[in-house]
Amino acid sequence: MTRSDALRAGARAVVLAGAWLAGAASGQVNLAGVWSMTLTEDFPDRLPGPELGDYAGLPLNAADRMRARSWNATILSLPDYQCRVHPSDYANSFADIRIWHEIDTTTQQLIAVHIQHFAWNTQRTIWMDGRPRPHELAEHTSMGFSTGEWVGNTLKVTTTHLKEGWLRRNGVARSDAATVTEHFIRHGGHLTWSVFVDDPKYLEEPFFRNRDYTQSEAVSIGAYPCESVVEVLLPEQGYFPHYLPGDNPFLIEFARNHKIPSEAAMGGAATMYPEYRKRLAELPPP
Amino acid sequence: MKQCIRAAAVAAFSSAGFCGAGMAQQQQNFDAVEIQALEVRENIYMLVGEGGNITMQVGDDGVLIVDTQFAPLSDKIVAAIRAISAKPIHYILNTHHHGDHTGGNANLRAAGTTVSGGNMAGAIRDAGVGAAIVAHENVLLRLSSETGPQATPSGGWPTSTFFGAKKELYYNGEGIEIIHVPSAHTDGDSIIFFRQSDVISSGDVFVTTSYPFIDTASGGSYSGFVAALEKLVDIIIPVYGQDGGTLVIPGHGRVSNLGDVLNYREMVIVVGDRIKSMIEAGMTLAQVKAAKPTFDYDPVYGARAGAADRFIEATYQSLGASPGEPR
Repeated sequence: MTRSDALRAGARAVVLAGAWLAGAASGQVNLAGVWSMTLTEDFPDRLPGPELGDYAGLPLNAADRMRARSWNATILSLPDYQCRVHPSDYANSFADIRIWHEIDTTTQQLIAVHIQHFAWNTQRTIWMDGRPRPHELAEHTSMGFSTGEWVGNTLKVTTTHLKEGWLRRNGVARSDAATVTEHFIRHGGHLTWSVFVDDPKYLEEPFFRNRDYTQSEAVSIGAYPCESVVEVLLPEQGYFPHYLPGDNPFLIEFARNHKIPSEAAMGGAATMYPEYRKRLAELPPP
Repeated sequence: MKQCIRAAAVAAFSSAGFCGAGMAQQQQNFDAVEIQALEVRENIYMLVGEGGNITMQVGDDGVLIVDTQFAPLSDKIVAAIRAISAKPIHYILNTHHHGDHTGGNANLRAAGTTVSGGNMAGAIRDAGVGAAIVAHENVLLRLSSETGPQATPSGGWPTSTFFGAKKELYYNGEGIEIIHVPSAHTDGDSIIFFRQSDVISSGDVFVTTSYPFIDTASGGSYSGFVAALEKLVDIIIPVYGQDGGTLVIPGHGRVSNLGDVLNYREMVIVVGDRIKSMIEAGMTLAQVKAAKPTFDYDPVYGARAGAADRFIEATYQSLGASPGEPR
């Protein structure tokens, strides 16, 4: 078993153990309702957003690192990018969600589970009726194409047909070849949403992220309209803000402010593991 | 020979070999190729086989197709069309002249017909023979100037050309704009906008499978390529958040939306800016290649052997530097 396999197996064991502890013996748990985000130690990453040059603990490969280092936050001011929504594998980092079930009124079979994210008001559908995936050359979208199945009391979701997105809001790209596996685990009034991202193009190993939610009495989540506007005059053609290799002046800030060796801040699969502490001790301070 | 060298580069790009329209078609075995039809909109399909994607529009008037892949695939393409519509093929539109997009022109033309009569039938006796082939005039110039055994037969040349910014058709209940994008992938590129269906057939100014192939020997240029992508972005209106809305059938690859075109434009500009800065620093082409300005995009667009190097070479030359002669 490789280290990657071990990571997956371990994480899945945790997920499934959580599911067994959660409640009923057979599937089809009611996930419907409004769920409020639970902010704990992940607050800085979920709301203010990650710092520039912070890739520590992300299994990104060298190519993805170069893309991230070239990323310039000025793109967020471009009209075409102002309303660019978070992809479904990142959207759980944000704010509240509403889940509802679509039931066939005659057979009472579950057709789909729908999720609305507060952030950018995106909606996604998780098909539960066994329908086939679209052709591999069909459109890819921010939400992708998702199918679900019950594993015990856990809803396991597999998503393909994702458009290129990001693992973090600081330029760490996720390619359109990624397959995402999610688990939705209800523990009474709490919901755990785990996300595995398997990206053969930009990750050395799968990326894993958990988010927690608390059941809310609310019946809806807020609206989040978005309309692009021209904020500054830009060159008419051939303009895209980015840093040339070696020119990004902000990459050192995270490492310096948190006294983390630069190598560690640049991430990679090795930085996910406890044994990396030994390596940290050998590295010079930023 | 020059033509063959050019064609070899295109062959690597398009995943199937050709020289002009013929040589590699003869060499390649297309027996195993299947033509698959993806429904993009109610009356718009993407036909996928070998070579460039074919866009097909169907309706009460008949059948219109954009590009024709390779000649040996024509029977299968006609069969795929007939599985969707029994109406006559009236129009073939070409996005550019490369053989992986025009190789089947003559066969597909022969499988169709043009409605003629009045002055037209009187003056041009074969006006009703075969489907009309519509393209920018540079497509005709390129195809008709080929010589040797690989040359495209005259039956595959455009029968109706234009030299302005665009040509318009109204067919199957919708307006169709054939928009010329100058000096991009070649000097004869057109993007086809189906206005009511809200679908664009982009030809090779946008693909999802590889880096741009800027055919500088056929009049393509880096700046024209960027301008063509900007034109696509201008036309596309997404439903929300860069998804849906106007859909793009690329020259090669999957059905796309605004976000995909923006990602591609981003790559083209970022890599171009890097090469530009290296030229300004006095680096030779060999030095630029060694610096790997495409490194971060290679996992996404660099699967085809030599695609990154060809993109770098064309961009380097197009931005004003000759190989081995630093500025």
